[in-house]
Amino acid sequence: MNTIQSTVFMALQTNDDTRPIIEALQRDNPDAVVHRLPAMVKIDAPGRLVLRRSTVEEILGTDWDLQSINLNLISLSGNVDESEDEMILHWNR
Amino acid sequence: MNTQDTRRPAGKKLSLKEKYAQMTRGLGWDTSYEPMDQVFDQLGLEGIKIHDWDKWEDPFRLTMDAYWKYQAEKERKLYAVLDAFQQNNGHLNISDARYVNTLKLFFTGITPAEYNAHRLFAMLGRQFPGPGAAIACQMQAVDELRHVQTQIHSISQYNKYFNGLHDHTVMNDRLWYLSVPKSFFEDAISSGPFEQIIAISFALEYLLTNLVFMPFMSGAAYNGDMATVTFGFSSQSDEARHMTLGLECIKFVLEQDPGNAAIIQRYLDKWFWRGYKVLGLVSMMLDYMLPKKVMSWKEAWDIYFVQNGGSLFNDLSRYGLSMPKYWEQSVAEAEHLSHQTWNAFYNFSGAAAFHVWLPSDEDMAWLAEKYPNTFDQHYRPRIEHYRKLQAEGKRYYNPSLPMLCQTCQTPLIFTEMDDPTRTSHRQLEHDGDTYHFCSDGCRDIFAEQPDKYVSAWLPAHQILQGNCVEPGTEAAGDPGADALRYFHVVAGQDNLDYEGSPDEANWRRWKGLDKTTPAAAA
Repeated sequence: MNTIQSTVFMALQTNDDTRPIIEALQRDNPDAVVHRLPAMVKIDAPGRLVLRRSTVEEILGTDWDLQSINLNLISLSGNVDESEDEMILHWNR
Repeated sequence: MNTQDTRRPAGKKLSLKEKYAQMTRGLGWDTSYEPMDQVFDQLGLEGIKIHDWDKWEDPFRLTMDAYWKYQAEKERKLYAVLDAFQQNNGHLNISDARYVNTLKLFFTGITPAEYNAHRLFAMLGRQFPGPGAAIACQMQAVDELRHVQTQIHSISQYNKYFNGLHDHTVMNDRLWYLSVPKSFFEDAISSGPFEQIIAISFALEYLLTNLVFMPFMSGAAYNGDMATVTFGFSSQSDEARHMTLGLECIKFVLEQDPGNAAIIQRYLDKWFWRGYKVLGLVSMMLDYMLPKKVMSWKEAWDIYFVQNGGSLFNDLSRYGLSMPKYWEQSVAEAEHLSHQTWNAFYNFSGAAAFHVWLPSDEDMAWLAEKYPNTFDQHYRPRIEHYRKLQAEGKRYYNPSLPMLCQTCQTPLIFTEMDDPTRTSHRQLEHDGDTYHFCSDGCRDIFAEQPDKYVSAWLPAHQILQGNCVEPGTEAAGDPGADALRYFHVVAGQDNLDYEGSPDEANWRRWKGLDKTTPAAAA
């Protein structure tokens, strides 16, 4: 195989909708690295990245539908596991 | 009237998983008038074995009602931006008119490919008996059509002011360099259903589309192109779902039967290489065509293929899959790809529907910094030589027609990866004829299915055979001039150098860069 350290990522548009999402990702994934590029924010994490609805709602102070991430998601990598409460990106090895 | 839903307790909403199960699995049925294996008659052709379609999982669990809701919201956002862009003369706010040439390439090369992807997924949805897979394909077919329409709509504003954007469908059918992306999709669409979904959903979308949509669209934003970044990210928000479909599909197929892995590895090897060859065009967009640059091709390849693809194949190794054949070569070539591709277009710009130019001193400093091992050594001297010739009024054009690769249809413009002074050229005999290839990868693909690729429509051959004459007109006897008319490229307007082009003259006038013109004085 190769010697790559496996990383997952989520890339979001830079806008007001995604600021609380990015903040939630940073809060719930201390190892995540945030790259700010023109019009786009890319969040890398070693092996696993979790987005929690409850954290976004706490930051927003209002209800938030996790599926609305579809509006601002540019790209991602990793196996996706999604429910009403969280979206997890992960590699199995 | 009782409107109470009796199947579940009042007031309790279905969970996402339950809703998805109801709206997909619950909608499927087995045919009874005709046997299932005749209704889905392409499934057995490739040797892939599927035992249980219900194991197909769509991790986004997107049902049709949610799909329409979110897609409608994406469209509303996009069209609000397009209105603002048109009303505020957004085309005047780009970094430089050279930038529009990336859009010309995108619009003639990629937008028609989106349409082909729409056709492909509409047909694929029909071929899969599992409702999960069929619905995912159906959504993707609608997505791809949306991409075509929004791209045509967004770029129409540029078509009012810049040349070369007037006829993308005919150009895609006929222009020599556009046969590279066109043949990629036609190769895919004429494959079996599993090969199609591996080719597009996995090899193209999961492994490679990030290279087009992430650095290039971010580059569009950086160059002030509000319209393109908006349709680009609107398209790409669907792409995240498509990529997930690609990964789920490959896992599903591999888990269904151990015999599937060898077939899937063969598809991966083939489609990685086919996709990589199409991306040569993207490499020069990033390194040479964006006036304000975001990242180099090599940096993009390292992040999105080496790092991201490497992580993916670490994960897939549990099924016995390995990195696609010749991936190391693509990494070695990343130091050369854009320089050699742009050089080819500089040579043949008389026959292109966009403009070329030589990099400025500032551009060359950036290239030298991004390509410390190759640029100053191999590519700067050639550019300086071209500059000298141009200053002497002897601008170099390649007068010949290039030899094309029988598989990917790229001209033989690349060198051996360990010797940048030697052209990479491979040959193979088949049925008494000699066929030519740009690389070992393309030769191997041909050798697997020679009967498919011997029928390739190679533009250079067709021009020499006199087949590229605009229908309904007489051949003028000059194959070059005939071919341009056939391509719908307007000579002296759409082609040749940016310097001296009508696009440049208009831009200088609009921006007041030419103090001597009456428009600027007015």
